[in-house]
Amino acid sequence: MKPSAPHPETWLRVTGKGLYCVPGDFYVDPAWPVERAVVTHGHADHARPNNRKVLATPETLAIMTARYGEQAGGEHQALRYGERVVLGDVTVSFAPAGHVLGSAQAVLEWRGSRVVVSGDYKRRRDPTCAGFEPVACDVFITEATFGLPVFRHPPAEEEVGKLLRSRALFPERTHVVGVYALGKAQRLIRILREAGCDEPIYIHGALQGLCALYESLGVPLGELRPASAAAKAEMVGALVLAPPSAIADRWARRLHDPVTAMASGWMRVRQRAKQRGVELPLVVSDHADWDELTQTLEDVGAPEIWVTHGSEEALVHHARARGFRARALALVGRGEEEQEGAA
Amino acid sequence: MKAFSALLDRLIFMPSRNGKLRLIADYFARTPDPDRGWALAALTGGLDFKGAKPAVVRALVEERVDPVLFRWSYDFVGDLAETLALIWPEEPGANRAPELNEVVSALLNAKRPEIPGLIAGWLDALDATDRWALLKLITGGLRVGVSARLAKTALAEFGGRPVADIEELWHGLEPPYGPLFAWLEGKGPRPLIDDRAAFRPLMLATPLDDQALESLRVEAYRYEWKWDGIRVQAVARQGARRLFSRTGDDIGRAFPELLEAMEFDAVLDGELLVARDGEVAPFNDLQQRLGRKTVTARMLADYPAHVRLYDILFERGEDLRALPFVARRERLEAWYAEARPQRMDLSELIRVSDVTALKGLRETARANSIEGLMLKRADSPYLSGRPKGPWYKWKRDALTLDTVLMYAQRGHGRRSSFYSDYTFGAWTEESELVPVGKAYSGFSDDELKRLDKWVRDNTVERFGPVRAVRPGLIVEVAFDAVHPSTRHKSGLAMRFPRVHRIRWDKPVEEADRVETLRAMVEGGAG
Repeated sequence: MKPSAPHPETWLRVTGKGLYCVPGDFYVDPAWPVERAVVTHGHADHARPNNRKVLATPETLAIMTARYGEQAGGEHQALRYGERVVLGDVTVSFAPAGHVLGSAQAVLEWRGSRVVVSGDYKRRRDPTCAGFEPVACDVFITEATFGLPVFRHPPAEEEVGKLLRSRALFPERTHVVGVYALGKAQRLIRILREAGCDEPIYIHGALQGLCALYESLGVPLGELRPASAAAKAEMVGALVLAPPSAIADRWARRLHDPVTAMASGWMRVRQRAKQRGVELPLVVSDHADWDELTQTLEDVGAPEIWVTHGSEEALVHHARARGFRARALALVGRGEEEQEGAA
Repeated sequence: MKAFSALLDRLIFMPSRNGKLRLIADYFARTPDPDRGWALAALTGGLDFKGAKPAVVRALVEERVDPVLFRWSYDFVGDLAETLALIWPEEPGANRAPELNEVVSALLNAKRPEIPGLIAGWLDALDATDRWALLKLITGGLRVGVSARLAKTALAEFGGRPVADIEELWHGLEPPYGPLFAWLEGKGPRPLIDDRAAFRPLMLATPLDDQALESLRVEAYRYEWKWDGIRVQAVARQGARRLFSRTGDDIGRAFPELLEAMEFDAVLDGELLVARDGEVAPFNDLQQRLGRKTVTARMLADYPAHVRLYDILFERGEDLRALPFVARRERLEAWYAEARPQRMDLSELIRVSDVTALKGLRETARANSIEGLMLKRADSPYLSGRPKGPWYKWKRDALTLDTVLMYAQRGHGRRSSFYSDYTFGAWTEESELVPVGKAYSGFSDDELKRLDKWVRDNTVERFGPVRAVRPGLIVEVAFDAVHPSTRHKSGLAMRFPRVHRIRWDKPVEEADRVETLRAMVEGGAG
C-alpha cells in the first residue's frame, strides 16, 4: 500500500446486510438481498437468492441457478479467475479459493489499496476444484471455522480408506455417509473413484442436481444411482451418500442395517460425533484447518488480518502474537451451513 | 500402535455388540504377537502403569502450546485427554511411530522420572488418533464400551471355542498371552495353568415360561429362593483365594472380610448379599459395596458382606461338577457342617408338593424381599453356560407404575432414526412432573413406530438428540424394585425399568404420584 493509499477501513464497512464496499457500491456475500452482490461461492450462507445483480465465477453462477432457479438473482455477470472488472471505482478480480467448484477469493482494489475477501477456503488438494492461490494484499479477510489448534484434518484419502476398510469388514451392511450436497459430496466421490472404487454409488435426491452439474462442468463422478428409487436389497453393502440431516432420520429407514458415517471437520472431536449418533466419523473438510489458516496468513503476508466466522478470537490472538495487526469482523448469517455438519 | 488406535477409534462409536465383537476378532486375526496380547490386556483392564497420569501429559503440553489457545481449545472440546491428543504440535518425521509392544514394555520397565520424556517422544511420532489411544492406554480405563467379558467373547469367536474355555484359563494366564493365542490359532497346545485359583464358568438358569410351568414334573426338581444379591464364585485352594463375579471378574479386593473367611479348600457357588445378624438387607445396601476398588472400615461395619451358598463345584481338588444336583447338595451340606465358614450360610431347600403350592410361594416373595424362586432338576450336573431345562428361575411379578412420558432420545444402530429411549415422570404433591426413570425396551416394532410419531408430533423443545414432549401420554412401566437414590430429582431409582403397556387411552392426570412409588421402596427405607 502506498503511503497515500486509503486504509481499507475507510472504504469497507460491516453493515446489517454484510460487508459493503463504499466506492464500488456493492456487497460481498450479503446476507440479505441487495442491489449488487459479489459472491465468492455457492454455499447458501454466502450465496443468497434474490439479489438484483450478481458478480461471480461462471461455476458459482451455474450453482446458484441450479439451487435457486428463478430466484438466483436478476442479472448475472460471470468473471473468470484472473479477469478484471471495474465496479464503480473499484477493480474486482477472482482468485481460486480451493473450497468448492467455482469458489473464489474476491480481490478488491481502490486507489492503490488492495483487500482480499477470501470467503471460505482450504489449502489441500481437491480433485473437484482449482487450488487456493495466495494474493498479496494490504488486508486479508479470512474465515476461522476451524480456528483452534485442536483442528488438524488428516489427509482426506486416509479417511476414505477408513470407509473402505469398514466396508470390507461389514460387507453386508449399507454404508451411508452424511455429506453436504455442494462440494463435499462430489469431492468424496472423486476420492473414492481415485481409490479404485468404481461401483455404482447411491445418492439422496438432494445431491442429484449438483452432482449432475459438476459432471456437466467437467468433473466426472462415475456411475451414480438415485437411492430413493433403489430397493432396500439392492443397496445391501453399497455406498450411499445423503445430506447430514437425512442419515439419522426417517429417510435412512430404507437402508439395510446401515453404518452411519459422516464426513465433516467437526468429526475430529469425538464427543460431537457421538452426540450425532455417528458410527464412523470421517474427518474430511472443505475448510482450512488450524495449520492451513496460520500458514495462509504467512503466505499472503498482509500486514493486517480481519477474521470473520468461526473461532475468531483464537486466530486473532495467534495473528497478533505473530506480529500482524488483527481484529475480528462480526458478519451476520455466517456459518449456518456448518451447523448442519457441512464443514 | 496404528492398528490398536484404529480399533479403539471404531469401538467407541460402535453401538452394536455384534459389531464390537467383529471389530475385536478382526483385530486379533490381523495383528501379530505380542501387540494383540497387550491390546487384550488393555481391553480387559489388565494393564496398570504407575507414574503415567494425565497431569504428566498436561504439563508436557503446557510447555509447548500457548496457554490461551490451550484453554479455549479445552473449553471447546470438553475432554482433557482428547484436547491433549488433538492439540499436541506435530513434528512430522520426528521419530518412528512406536509399536504397541514398545510402548507397553517401556512403560512397564521405566523409572518414574523417565516417563515424561518417553511420552513426549511418542507423542511427537504419532498422529492425533494414535495420540488419543496412547493417552487412553497409559492413563488407564479405555472407556470404549467394551467389558472384559465382551473382549473374551471376541477372543473365543476368533479361536472358534466356547467362551467358557477362555474363562477357565483366564486367571492362570499373564499378558501378553502368547500361548493362549497360539492355542486358539491351532499352533500350540492348550496352555497349562496353575489352576488353584481358576474361575469356573457358572451354570445359569433360564426363565420359567407358562409352557414349562404347565408341564413341570414337580417331584423331578428341587426348590430354592432366588436371593436378591449378585451371583459369586468363591475359590480357595492351597493358599490362593478369589471371589469372582458371574462374569469372572475378580471382585475379592472389595470384600476383604469374605476372603478372610475363606479358610477352606473348595470352590463354591452362592449369592453375595449384605446381611446383618442373618437378616438379608435390601439390594440397595449391597450396591454401596459394589464397584469399589478399596473399602473403608466404615463400609465394612455398615454393610457387612455375606454369601448364601447354593452349590459346591470342587472339594479339596475333587471335581464334583459331574455329580447330580442332589449328590452335590449332600456334599455341600456335609462340607458346611464341618467347615463352618464365617459370613456364609446355606440357601435352604424348600419343600414343594405341587404347582399350586409353588405359585403360592412365589406370591410371598415380594413381601419377604426375595427376587423369586429357583427350580433345579434333581439329576442335573453342573454345566457352564445357560442350558435350557435343568435350571429355571421364576421371578416374582414386577411392580408397575403409570407414568407420564417426558423426554425421548434417539436410539442407536437400527434404531438411530427412532426416538426409542424414554424418560418418564410421576406427579408431585404440587402437580409437577419429576422424572422417575428411563426405559428403552418392552415394546414391539409397531409400537415403536407409533411412539416415534407421537414424540415428533408432540415435541415442545429439542436438545440435540433429545426431545421434550408435552405431558400427554401415559406409559405403564414395569420394574423389579425401587430404592432411594440421590442421583434423581425424585430421590428414587427403579431397578430394570421397561415399558409394560402404552396407555394411549388414559388421561395423564390419572398417572401415578411420586408418593405411590416411594411407598414401594423395600425395607421401609423410603
